[in-house]
Amino acid sequence: MAAKKDKQFDPVKTLHEIEDKFEMVQILNEEGEIVNKDMDPQLSDEELVELMTRMVYTRILDQRSISLNRQGRLGFYAPTAGQEASQLASHFALEKEDFILPGYRDVPQMIWHGLPLTMAFLWSRGHYEGSIIPEGVNVFPPQIIIGAQYIQAAGVAMGMQKRGQKSVAMTYTGDGGTSQGDFYEGINFAGAYRSPAIFVIQNNQYAISTPRDVQTSGKTLAQKGIAAGIPSVLVDGMDPLAVYAVTRDARERAVNGEGPTVIETYCYRYGPHTMAGDDPTRYRTSETDNEWEKRDPLIRFRKYLEAKGIWSEAQEEAIIERATEEIREAIKAADAAPKQKVSDFIKIM
Amino acid sequence: MAQMTMIQAITDAMRSELNNDENVLVFGEDVGNNGGVFRATEGLQKEFGEDRVFDTPLGESGIGGLAIGLSLTGFRPVMEIQFFGFVYEVMDSISGQLARMQFRSGGRYNAPVTIRAPFGGGVATPEMHADSLEGLMAAQPGLTVVIPSTPYDAKGLLISAIRDENPVVFLEHMKLYRSFREEVPEEAYTIPLGKAEVKREGSDLSIFTYGAMVHESLKAAEEMEKEGYSVEVVDLRTVHPLDIETIIESVEKTNRAIVVQEAQKQAGIAANVVTEITERAILSLEAPVLRVTAPDTIYPYAQGEKAWLPDAKDIMETAKKVLTF
Repeated sequence: MAAKKDKQFDPVKTLHEIEDKFEMVQILNEEGEIVNKDMDPQLSDEELVELMTRMVYTRILDQRSISLNRQGRLGFYAPTAGQEASQLASHFALEKEDFILPGYRDVPQMIWHGLPLTMAFLWSRGHYEGSIIPEGVNVFPPQIIIGAQYIQAAGVAMGMQKRGQKSVAMTYTGDGGTSQGDFYEGINFAGAYRSPAIFVIQNNQYAISTPRDVQTSGKTLAQKGIAAGIPSVLVDGMDPLAVYAVTRDARERAVNGEGPTVIETYCYRYGPHTMAGDDPTRYRTSETDNEWEKRDPLIRFRKYLEAKGIWSEAQEEAIIERATEEIREAIKAADAAPKQKVSDFIKIM
Repeated sequence: MAQMTMIQAITDAMRSELNNDENVLVFGEDVGNNGGVFRATEGLQKEFGEDRVFDTPLGESGIGGLAIGLSLTGFRPVMEIQFFGFVYEVMDSISGQLARMQFRSGGRYNAPVTIRAPFGGGVATPEMHADSLEGLMAAQPGLTVVIPSTPYDAKGLLISAIRDENPVVFLEHMKLYRSFREEVPEEAYTIPLGKAEVKREGSDLSIFTYGAMVHESLKAAEEMEKEGYSVEVVDLRTVHPLDIETIIESVEKTNRAIVVQEAQKQAGIAANVVTEITERAILSLEAPVLRVTAPDTIYPYAQGEKAWLPDAKDIMETAKKVLTF
């Protein structure tokens, strides 16, 4: 048999070459050690403490929200534990003037962008006042249709571009969201117009129960951005420093007129999909859960900050106490919100 | 005043609003340099620049997303869907998102978006171009659905649509684009959304209709006049929400009515009109209210169109059934 001729273009080889280039960016390893000094975003001590504070606070908020839901005191809730670095370190790279188009699990970013906690609770309870985003808080109510926020983010980003603003539109979806047509249309439109958008894929490994491998034959989700001709990055989504660094770079490119970025944060949700009856034991093993918990963003960040001498148990206790108290107050305020009237609905129909 | 075709009147309305408000943006597939496949946006990019009149990538859902995002940043988007048969690709943005914008944000955001699209039969298009899908849109609370039948109305209604604070679906019947001209004022004017117009007064029977069927209905009314019937023709102009006041007033005068639509019979605008009449004015009726529609089938191949589409003859036939009941 004659030897195969060298092909001018080998599509299989090209695919593997591209896929293999997507190495996961990590700066802080599981032990809280800097493993990629060149990429260290050099946050000040104050900023490091602030980011840790937000992550601890949000972990408490998640625990309290789950309990409140179980007591029947909260409505729809999508747990966030495990995704603190993915959510809060990406948000930490934003400015107040940036606009967030969240999915329904992305309530923490809305809160840290200025949404009062009471409103988040009212939204969860199905009280319409929870959706009236206050003036000056640049967020859109959480999107329910998976992927729809991606095309809308392209529009918001284009609007900012037309207004000459130095700001970005940031949107979030999950691993399942990348299978939607709107995912591709969103990144493609923003790419075609070089609009200042950041598209975050929080790959928490499961779309409800469907594992990541069922979503696509692609080795990574980040590589999907390449097809749209836009910079794309795969990052350790349990590493706050890495998530922050790649998002900050993306924002810088965006406001400098260099267009959008796709960021895949490789992470895990510890809890169920939502509190409405999902049972993760049907699709995950406790071994997998345990493996992921070793990579926990709070553990490694705590180790890092403690080694730097800027974090202590007492500090953490104080944050937990503050969070618990503020959550209690916010629930009290939500309880006190006037009952909705039919006339309230009618005026906004 | 100038003599204009409907397509010219539509271009003129967009030009007027691009001039009137710098937040107005016009975009869609091939609307820029090419001026749109029907030339609805002819010359607008040249006049207002690529920043305000621009081509999009080929993706209807993406176009809908752009419109939503742009409206969130204070713009007043006029998006074109190249043919309304492609609306299924952008149903979530229109019915799922735009229509609910005000409600789901508790009134914080609204969506002053105009969705323009050609539709309608009789011009031998390939499949998925000609369907009358206004019933789909009318089924969604939060959307206003407008279908003009004349150049004059097209301009005034489109200006109103663009100035409206909430989403308006503006459907342009392809057969009417260049079928006739009429006097259209050069300056901007508005025609209120949600208002029907009595096109022809009559006392024996009311025909409620819209779009290209207005002209078939007028033809039928003229023919029947020769036979001694006085037929009123009401152009609904906005098919959702309906101008119930004008409809009921007409029925109370004539006591007989038919409803004519180009769309298939099932779950359409005509069914809504009939229901409103029977709920509100049954004691004024001397006969059942009948419908003239296309058959309940898939829209046919181009060569079957003529037989499939309702026409003046079908209208006269049904009208006489009601008149002689």
